[in-house]
Amino acid sequence: MTVVFAATPVIPNFGGGSSQFACERANRLFCPNWVSRNWATVLWPALRQHVELTLIAVAIGFVLSTALALTAYRRHWVERPVLIITAILYTIPSLALFELLEPLPGFGLSRTTAEVALVSYTLLILFRNTLTGLREVPAEVRDAARGMGMSDRQSLLRVELPLALPAIIAGLRIATVTVISLATVASLIDNEGLGSPILAAISNEVFKTELIVAGGMAVLLALLADGLLVLLQRRLTPWTRARAV
Amino acid sequence: MFSDHSAQEEGPSAFPQAAALELRNVRKQYPGQREPAIPGLSLSVEAGEVCVLVGPSGSGKTTAMRLINRMIPLSGGDILLGGRSILDHEPTELRKQIGYVIQQTGLFPHLTVNENIATVPRLLGWERRRTEDRVRELLELIGMDLDDIGPRYPAQLSGGQRQRVGVARALAADPPLMLMDEPFGAVDPINRARLQDEFLRLQERVRKTVVFVTHDIDEAIKMGDKIAILRQGGTLAQFASPAEILIEPADEFVAEFVGQDRALKRLGLATLADIELVTPNGTGPGTDRVALSATVRDALSQLIAGGGAPLTVVDADDHVAGIVTLELLGRVLGDGALANGADPQVRAAGAEPRPAGQESPA
Repeated sequence: MTVVFAATPVIPNFGGGSSQFACERANRLFCPNWVSRNWATVLWPALRQHVELTLIAVAIGFVLSTALALTAYRRHWVERPVLIITAILYTIPSLALFELLEPLPGFGLSRTTAEVALVSYTLLILFRNTLTGLREVPAEVRDAARGMGMSDRQSLLRVELPLALPAIIAGLRIATVTVISLATVASLIDNEGLGSPILAAISNEVFKTELIVAGGMAVLLALLADGLLVLLQRRLTPWTRARAV
Repeated sequence: MFSDHSAQEEGPSAFPQAAALELRNVRKQYPGQREPAIPGLSLSVEAGEVCVLVGPSGSGKTTAMRLINRMIPLSGGDILLGGRSILDHEPTELRKQIGYVIQQTGLFPHLTVNENIATVPRLLGWERRRTEDRVRELLELIGMDLDDIGPRYPAQLSGGQRQRVGVARALAADPPLMLMDEPFGAVDPINRARLQDEFLRLQERVRKTVVFVTHDIDEAIKMGDKIAILRQGGTLAQFASPAEILIEPADEFVAEFVGQDRALKRLGLATLADIELVTPNGTGPGTDRVALSATVRDALSQLIAGGGAPLTVVDADDHVAGIVTLELLGRVLGDGALANGADPQVRAAGAEPRPAGQESPA
């Protein structure tokens, strides 16, 4: 029986007849030993990079789309062009977008390229949710705010944005989960994050443990991030759960 | 700056006095429309008076009200509040001095009752302590339990409670003028009558100048010291006290607007305490009883329901005050004795029986 090993660095170098590699030698689907041996050197750094990639992309996307949504909220004509552009960005297949950006000067196979692509996927969701949230503030509430002497800015900060928070956070949840999932593909460009063990496993015909572990971690990370955002929303918008007593 | 009537004396108030309001040939022309919404409206409302703007839709009553706090910019003419033009103030500064109540309440759903009421004091930069005291005072004024209602969100209140909080919020900085746009329009009839009575009692205490918009002539008659009836096209059909409008409608339009039953409505303006009752001989006929504080209209209704049998009128202490009969009411109406019977103090009593001439317990 011949076993073919790819030359990627994550493939264990089986020495002697040590039993700690028994699982790998037997080509089982999942090898817990491999996980514990590679946690500190492969998986944990990949997870940290993945969280960084996600946080940066969502943060930049949030700032950009909020600015765009606030502009469109005041000037209606801004809405259409922003929607068209962000929708186009959103529909470009992620692989194609990475390949499109890569040859541009200053991009290349870098984290910048990955981040630009990831940010572009958050814009449509965040922009639309924030704008819808603002527009759905009841007219009489805005009227009351103005009628009581609030300036436009005070009304926005004290009334309209707080009331749009549920929609804004709902947008953040979708955007975050999307970015966590897409960031695995971004590893093609910058070879970091949970995508790199997955890619390594894909290029390896036999050994799938890294794929399973890294893929599972990406899923768990997405669930965790979503849960944290739900908790954040509960903290920030207690009135949404206050119903008639 | 603000003259005459003193408003409520207690409490950490910013504007202790009501202000007179004067609309001078006010005009509103919307761009792109041929006819002005309001071609030229002049009104003056004394400090502490309730002026009701009433009319069919398209009569510009809400527009006229919103011109006062510059929610809609004036096209011409001027509006004086306490003798000073509203154009002399920044719109946001002006609005902080004018209470604002709207039909759908416009309470902020994300803020508690306490925070809603504290809105204008916070905008004015009041100290926390002063704001808290004022909120407590206002919740008491509208008869709400501070510990129970204060921390609730608007979604946790009934429609009537929301309206009360809306009024309290508008009163928070003790403004010299209140604008109320169909404030009780979205409430069911029973609660509406109760809110109206409550507001009249409240108004007795706080004595604000109030501009009150409604499309309901009965509400106008009940709430107004003065009624401005507007007709389609934004012109003033009549501006007078409820009694004057019911006795002498200025023209066909007003007569039709107040309705064929205006004689009955007039009876609704006075209570039995306002008319001279028949002296009871002995212990009286011992028939059905009616409270001295009941309106003449309600007494008439009860008389008819009883087949015309005389009623014994009793005061709050259950003492017999006199007898009321159909003949008496017919005579009273014929004499025009009710011509000026529209004393707001009496009307404010609403459904609560109390002896005439005594202060409302509110």
